[in-house]
Amino acid sequence: MTVSHVVRGPLNLEQLVARVAAPDRGATASFVGTVRAGPDDGPVVRIEYTAYEEMLDEEFDRITAETEARWPGAAVAAQHRLGSVPLGDASIAIAVAAPHRAAALDACRYVIEQAKHRLPVWKREILADGATVWRDNDGGRVPAEGPGTVEP
Amino acid sequence: MHAIRVRCRLFARYAEVTGEVVVEVDVPAPATVADAIAALRARLAEGHRLPARPLVARNRAHALLTDPVSDGDELALLPPLAGG
Repeated sequence: MTVSHVVRGPLNLEQLVARVAAPDRGATASFVGTVRAGPDDGPVVRIEYTAYEEMLDEEFDRITAETEARWPGAAVAAQHRLGSVPLGDASIAIAVAAPHRAAALDACRYVIEQAKHRLPVWKREILADGATVWRDNDGGRVPAEGPGTVEP
Repeated sequence: MHAIRVRCRLFARYAEVTGEVVVEVDVPAPATVADAIAALRARLAEGHRLPARPLVARNRAHALLTDPVSDGDELALLPPLAGG
């Protein structure tokens, strides 16, 4: 790992794009995921992201290496924001440059899908009334202060 | 029979329900990830609130419950993921 994938302030996609730019890479694809509140989410005021940070960096390195091996000539730069993230701000940013557009787009899609399934990151919604809710990528919601309903 | 010492880390909701973030457990060798998790659940007062078959990482990489553990390994119990 040469550069950490963890950021605690606003993400900067331009920096990631610049990092993967090269004369032989004619196509750059990017993905930015932003914090949102859906119609059923209630009055979410912010989301707090936490992670197993050492593994997050290593897992992102593995995803990057897999991607660059699968799409020869591609380069990946990606970061995940942790801490308190306001609605509308980016929580993840990915830039992939490749010799041609098909590889760049396919590789970028691969990186975000793998990130969603593999990165050890958790988010807790902070509601307007002060309640907190753990939220996962499958749509599950568990009250953070509840009696404990983790299935055996 | 010697014991294997495994360092277990708990995150997010699992840390919240148990009140612990790092717990060391000893299991008789040979042992698997599942054996260490069973020992962890038995060790903690609120261990029954942890799933018996959680998503788990061994030494910072995703692992299977059937994977072997060695002395000094770090296991992490990972609640349902929410990155991205």
